[in-house]
Amino acid sequence: MTGTDVADVKRPSRRTRTRRVPTWMRRPGVVLGFVILLAWAVIMLVPALIPYDPLETVGPALTPPDGQYLMGTDALGRDNLSRVLAGASTSVLNGLAIVVLAATVGTLIGLVAGFFGGWVDEVCMRLADLVFAFPGIILAMAVAAALGPSIRNAVIAAAISWWPGYARAVRSIVLSLRESEFVLSNRLSGVGPIRSIAVDLLPAVTGSVLVLAMLDIGGAILFLAGLSFLGLGAVPPDPEWGSMISGAIQYFDQWWLAVGPGVAIVSVVLAFNLIGDALRDRLEPRLQEIQGEAR
Amino acid sequence: MTSDIATTAGVVSEETTPAGPGSSARSGGYGRYLGRRALTSLVTLWGITLVSFGLSVLVPINPETTNLSQQALANPEAVQAFRAKFGLDAPVWEQYLNYVKGLLHGDLGISQQTGNPVSHDLTTYAPATLELVLVATAMSLFLGILLGVLAAYLRNRWPDHLARAISLIGVSLPTYWLALACSGLFFRQLGWLPGSGRLDPTMEAPPHVTGFYTVDALLAGDWSAFGSAVSHLILPATVLAVSTLGMILRFTRSSVLDGLGSDAVKAARAKGLGRSRVLVRYAVRLASSQIITVAALSFGFLLAATVYVEQIFSWGGLGQYTYRASTNLDLTAITGVSLVIAVIFLIVNFLADVIASALDPRILLR
Repeated sequence: MTGTDVADVKRPSRRTRTRRVPTWMRRPGVVLGFVILLAWAVIMLVPALIPYDPLETVGPALTPPDGQYLMGTDALGRDNLSRVLAGASTSVLNGLAIVVLAATVGTLIGLVAGFFGGWVDEVCMRLADLVFAFPGIILAMAVAAALGPSIRNAVIAAAISWWPGYARAVRSIVLSLRESEFVLSNRLSGVGPIRSIAVDLLPAVTGSVLVLAMLDIGGAILFLAGLSFLGLGAVPPDPEWGSMISGAIQYFDQWWLAVGPGVAIVSVVLAFNLIGDALRDRLEPRLQEIQGEAR
Repeated sequence: MTSDIATTAGVVSEETTPAGPGSSARSGGYGRYLGRRALTSLVTLWGITLVSFGLSVLVPINPETTNLSQQALANPEAVQAFRAKFGLDAPVWEQYLNYVKGLLHGDLGISQQTGNPVSHDLTTYAPATLELVLVATAMSLFLGILLGVLAAYLRNRWPDHLARAISLIGVSLPTYWLALACSGLFFRQLGWLPGSGRLDPTMEAPPHVTGFYTVDALLAGDWSAFGSAVSHLILPATVLAVSTLGMILRFTRSSVLDGLGSDAVKAARAKGLGRSRVLVRYAVRLASSQIITVAALSFGFLLAATVYVEQIFSWGGLGQYTYRASTNLDLTAITGVSLVIAVIFLIVNFLADVIASALDPRILLR
């Protein structure tokens, strides 16, 4: 966020002053990101913090925020704050699941495509192109609708539209390593293709995949909430941020219904993106290499 | 999202890799490039029909249950008649052929929600959405390129930090929530801007020529309708524009930075050309082909993002239609829309590549 590194080099006189500032303070964005995530982690781990049962009617419908219901109640008289807090596990954990699933599938396909080349590679990459032919949420929406609305199907649908990014990146790394000496020497000494992929290539791509995955988490959570907004994720009584906002559209005057889940999504996604942004900065040249070669 | 956007843009160059270095540039390189690019587009088009066929016919385990009433389901003869009528008892390849034959005649099935053919619905709703998306793309490109160039030019100074903050917030905001917030604030609270529909309710739509109210109003010389159409566009178009602003900004910044680091720019600077002159005449020009690519991408993403926005502004276009289809699980409409959007996106990407390769002949060599 701050360009202190460059400033240091250009103006040595300021050096002593910046030195006294601890490293972590120079990136307030990252600190903020971690603080937000920590808060949400506590909420997810300590159910006692949720004041009411998120599924039960606890008061009159559509009560504005007051001392008893800090974020008001919804159309069924359920406590809005409890629903927002309880929705964290659904949104965040399933967002993580998308990334894990997409990264695993993408890595496997990328390894196989890059290692074997030829028609295998061609088929895999044309599949990836096909996924990219559908912009944004469109493919996931169609897949989720065909599979039927449920949070599990939404995760599958989202992963189907997310794996190609990983496959491309992994494939490009494998292509650059396939002919390198440590891989070839093992192959010559009789190591089979599967073992070669698992022992030589997989460890070589893991770091890059983890970085890409870290950058994607925020987007994945947003994506999943979007599917729920379209009615294709969490099914109604379950609290989920995207579907809560979708349900709030018709209540113009009950602004609190949309504000709670909205702030929740923005805080979590922004937190992950702040951390991802710092990561991107630090790894800039290498990241460009990973993503650039995939072009 | 940004990371896979970056690789999406790569589709262009990756598909054009082989054919030996330098072989194409001299004789008919452009024609060969276009031919190859058209071929890969056709392969993708075929893939798109496979996907939508799969999603509308194969994946839903029981098409009858989604299409027939409870009563009809209890009657085995009705189920059988339904299966025979829609060719569901034929082998898969035959079903696929029938499906493609239908597509060629513009048959996308009947929407359960409206009871109309999906293709009829799409042609009714498409102009509203295209108008909105074109305006949003223009806004987003204008701001994104301006800020992106500025951020690259003043790297690590405050405009760069500002641009980064904007793009960070842009990619972290759910579009539908921003739409709700803007509608609540500027329409319902402050009443500054209209936030519902495409025209003032008391006005009549201008005579249909293009389906774009702004253009039609101008053609009819109806200035009050034009003013109303423009004021109705502002809120939804701005909300949409914000959703791709971050992507365009980041992309422009990095490709202009690449341009600024190139030998051509160094040579121009060494020759004594001023910084801003070099920026516009060299660096931005070097980046222009990449900016065309990202413009096509963001057009596609905005087309998809209307699903989040139109319902909130009662825009009455493709996005609202899709939102309703999606929340009511109208599968025929959903797959129809996704097919059409993918095809539009394919065409736009193809055109963008044609323009980009004309602007930057190096693409032919890659």
